[in-house]
Amino acid sequence: MQTKLLTKRFDTPDSQSIRSYLADGGYAGLKKALTTMQPAEVIEEVKKSALRGRGGAGFPTGMKWGFVPVNSPKPKYVVCNADESEPGTCKDRELMQKDPHQLIEGLLIAAYALLSRQVFIYIRGEYWYLIDILERAIAEAREHGFVGERICGTDFTCEIVVHPGAGAYICGEETALLNSLEGYRGHPRIKPPFPAVAGLYGCPTVVNNVETFCAVPHIIVNGGDWYRALGTEKSGGTKIFSVSGHVNRPGNYEVRLGYPLKQLIEEEAGGVRGGRKLKAVIPGGSSVPIMTAEEVEQATLDYEGMMKAGSMLGSGGVIVMDDTTDIFMTTYNLIHFYNHESCGWCTPCREGTDWLLKLFKKIAHGDGTTADLETIKRLCPNIEGRSHCPLGDAAVWPITSAMKKFPEDFLKHVKPVAAPVAA
Amino acid sequence: MTKPLMFADVLTADLERRADAIIARYPQKRSAILPLFHLVQNACNYIPEDGMRFIAKKLGLNMNDVYETLTFYSMLFTEPIGTYHIQLCRTISCYLCGTSQLREHLEKRLGIKPGQKTPDGRFRLTEVECIGACAGAPAMQINFDFYEHLTPDKVDAILDTLP
Ligand SMILES: Cc1cc2nc3c(=O)[nH]c(=O)nc-3n(C[C@H](O)[C@H](O)[C@H](O)COP(=O)(O)O)c2cc1C
Ligand code: SF4
Ligand code: FES
Repeated sequence: MQTKLLTKRFDTPDSQSIRSYLADGGYAGLKKALTTMQPAEVIEEVKKSALRGRGGAGFPTGMKWGFVPVNSPKPKYVVCNADESEPGTCKDRELMQKDPHQLIEGLLIAAYALLSRQVFIYIRGEYWYLIDILERAIAEAREHGFVGERICGTDFTCEIVVHPGAGAYICGEETALLNSLEGYRGHPRIKPPFPAVAGLYGCPTVVNNVETFCAVPHIIVNGGDWYRALGTEKSGGTKIFSVSGHVNRPGNYEVRLGYPLKQLIEEEAGGVRGGRKLKAVIPGGSSVPIMTAEEVEQATLDYEGMMKAGSMLGSGGVIVMDDTTDIFMTTYNLIHFYNHESCGWCTPCREGTDWLLKLFKKIAHGDGTTADLETIKRLCPNIEGRSHCPLGDAAVWPITSAMKKFPEDFLKHVKPVAAPVAA
Repeated sequence: MTKPLMFADVLTADLERRADAIIARYPQKRSAILPLFHLVQNACNYIPEDGMRFIAKKLGLNMNDVYETLTFYSMLFTEPIGTYHIQLCRTISCYLCGTSQLREHLEKRLGIKPGQKTPDGRFRLTEVECIGACAGAPAMQINFDFYEHLTPDKVDAILDTLP
């Protein structure tokens, strides 16, 4: 069963409008924070909630906010990562489309907690129609005194700017996003320094995912303990999972963290299409290791549970594959993606994904041998852990996990040849 | 085929005002570069050299800076895109739900391959990576509009109704 918190207004008529948002108790969290809480208390409440970043890495949000040096004389920035481009993930789009004020309220509370007067929403350029929706919502919020000067009659002042990207998966990586927002090519930066200390224009900056910010008003209104209790001890609250691929009812479903993956697929998403058998699931957006049907059986949807089940929670993009699926071909599809999206900055990823793609292409054309599979296996560890940013790892994990868990799908594409003797 | 617009054709006082309003939103001017690219491209159907020069001047950059930045981003074009830019998603969820069949269908119907434009400049076909419509796979965008749960018949119906 779903537990609708962030998605509970999705079916409300006119859910985008501030009138409808206020009628449902909207902006109560902002008012509460501004009039009854100190910024540090807001951060404490978020820490208590065990909210973890919904963009993929699952970093504890309150802890991240706590890294911002409050005494720094520099301006502080809050940046919303709305670049959503992890294959299999389409939740942020629905959150912004159907409840833009929930996001705006979360951003304002974050800005208050972090002593920031300027928020940027970095949204992928393909979501152009959402820019209109967000800007309309910001204008409405301004009319109601929630954006701009002296918000809710307090001395808190804050502006929100919507910034369009222009087509680049890597700009979802937070430091590449910041370079892009500064007007440069979207190459990632070396960490440390982390954005919380030196981010946008070298100033303290908090970058969080859309869904992460959307959870914040609920935490402030109901309390961190309440939110945490919805999920597990270490993975607080609910999470939206985008279920796609071979299921009867693809869509976004919000469930408590700790919910069984199998149940999400069977009940919420209506089970595997055409009554076929489940073969594999990529559970957290394309960058996480693939799971066998067996691994899916016991897996629970929380950060620890998914690690235990041999994968990761990631961004919550659950890609379901039935027993007709050729895992070699789906892996080929993904290496094409990572090669296309490699930003070209560092050699292991730029050249490595190029070589991988060439080898997959050769094998797909029927010209591959077992020696090519060995070469792929040798290439992967030369990219993983050796690249400038995590995209290199993300490109490799789907391959290594697929070759290990579905070897027969790879072997059936190649002719046996003894591996050449290494030079 | 209609002649591509020149930047001079679209450079109105209104466009300039909009550019200035965009720049004013940022603590540092250079941040406005992507929104300005979109402004020019949405007006001209591409980013002509004059448009780049306009942006360079507005932001106090040289042409190298502008060109270097522009060429990083896959949505930005330095030649006319075409009236309808069909962007068919090829990535995993769409792949699982039959995007290859749609690509073949579009290639046949339009007589072009991905990356090409019809001679009359009406359609461009691009295979793109995940567009965030995975639960509506297979999906495509025509310009900025999303179309989801596609079949070859649906694609035909959509293209037939384009003005
Ligand atoms: C290659 C790559 C792509 C990423 N894409 C996204 C994205 O599209 N959206 C997102 O929110 N986070 C993305 N991230 C994660 C961000 O770097 C960052 O961790 C996140 O925005 C932090 O917010 P959170 O803690 O709320 O998740 C990506 C990371 C990498 C390495
Ligand atoms: S790992 Fe890939 S995406 Fe990341 S910096 Fe290197 S080339 Fe760019
Ligand atoms: S994979 Fe096609 S829209 Fe995401």
